[in-house]
Amino acid sequence: MEAKRKLIGDDGLRLDGRAWNQLRPIKLEVGTLKNADGSAYIEWGKNKIMAAVYGPKEVHPKHQVLPDRALVRTRYHMAPFSVDERKNPAPSRREIEISKVIREALEPAVIVEDYPRTAIEVWVEVLQSDGGSRVAGITASSLALADAGINLRDLVVGCSCGIVDGQVVADLDDTEDKEGSGDMPVAIMPNLDRVTLLQVDGIYSRDQFQKAFELAIEKGREVYAMQREALTKKFFGDGQVSTSEEEVAE
Amino acid sequence: MVERKQVIPGDVIARGDYRYGSYVEKRGDMYIALRVGLAEVSREGIKLNPMTGPYIPRPDDEVIGKVIDINGFGWVIDINSCFDGFLPASFVFGREFSPATHDLTTKFKVGDIIGCRIESFERSRDPQLSIRGHGYGKIPKGEIIKISPTKVPRLIGRRGAMINMISERTSCDVKVGQNGVVVAVGPPEGVVKTAEAIKMIENETHAADLSRKVEEYLGGAPIGSQA
Repeated sequence: MEAKRKLIGDDGLRLDGRAWNQLRPIKLEVGTLKNADGSAYIEWGKNKIMAAVYGPKEVHPKHQVLPDRALVRTRYHMAPFSVDERKNPAPSRREIEISKVIREALEPAVIVEDYPRTAIEVWVEVLQSDGGSRVAGITASSLALADAGINLRDLVVGCSCGIVDGQVVADLDDTEDKEGSGDMPVAIMPNLDRVTLLQVDGIYSRDQFQKAFELAIEKGREVYAMQREALTKKFFGDGQVSTSEEEVAE
Repeated sequence: MVERKQVIPGDVIARGDYRYGSYVEKRGDMYIALRVGLAEVSREGIKLNPMTGPYIPRPDDEVIGKVIDINGFGWVIDINSCFDGFLPASFVFGREFSPATHDLTTKFKVGDIIGCRIESFERSRDPQLSIRGHGYGKIPKGEIIKISPTKVPRLIGRRGAMINMISERTSCDVKVGQNGVVVAVGPPEGVVKTAEAIKMIENETHAADLSRKVEEYLGGAPIGSQA
């Protein structure tokens, strides 16, 4: 792109006033949809994303059944009103790709062997889009999976980093994503210390790559703290949960 | 001494050498929670009581299901799980059962609610049900109330304390399936109270003084007992 505007000012702040390593504001809520088995809602910068989980349930069509494990299905979809110009609601090439990478980011955390011959469906609906919607979608869907009570090895949390004006920055928004020179979404399982998603576009030097990757993980851990808080609030939040002995049947 | 703590998936419950039950995974010397719930660590081992989750059949569970299909060899039962139960006709008519001579609809029709027991369940096949034993079989009438399967132990209470109290105070016969399906039979106002009490247990499952709260809500004398 010719005659680019500067995305980082002389004071070192970005267009929206953030420092290079600062996240946008994040709000997380668990169990927002009554009819789904599990659900979560996330606002990450201008992103507004709803995630819902159904299952485990019977697999249809039957020929897709896996005899020893659950089939994880994911649909990432952008609402027609989620962008400036109406988006055609039919799944685009981009959405199909993102559905696939979200599925592959979540699957290592799900203990699929515990639910043979079933399907677990994850729906990610973008109501309003901004940069970094796939990592926001992953963050919300892993909460929805935990809310549905599916056995998980760990939560999955994402964060993206990238290069803007030749400098590594955390959590790109829409403008920085489009006008910047590189984007790197990363998803991790924070307790297991495993990376489940790593995509890169743009050209990075060795040092830049290292720095962006490490920054994404560091920021991901910050988001994990918020994820934790949201889940704890839903299930233990109102102070009603007692850790004293319960009178339960054996 | 039992130590209890709130956990979410991925949390380390304890380190060391313990026996452990469902929803817990061992990783090196660490015990990891796989669900959101309350973990108990004691000398006997590690137990995790999940706060949410689907019903997964286990042999000998008593469940309440609905007949959704009939084929030549038995009934297919919806047991509120991702696996449908199968009740073989030979378990009902006995060994002399023959698809040619017996009409399965004389026993159970599609839509009937039946109480049954999980006879066996393996990963590779759907759970097999049985109605052999006392108290199983068709449930001809009653109100169906659903509760999250993870909250059933709390609804039953220690040695049935909670469910017996509800049953007594509302003058209802209350049957509870491990799959989270409850059937209440009795006077209409009793059934309403039962449903309310069950909702209360579902919403405040982990409150410290839940029994007292439910008792207070239900009031003193059983419905219909006072002159």
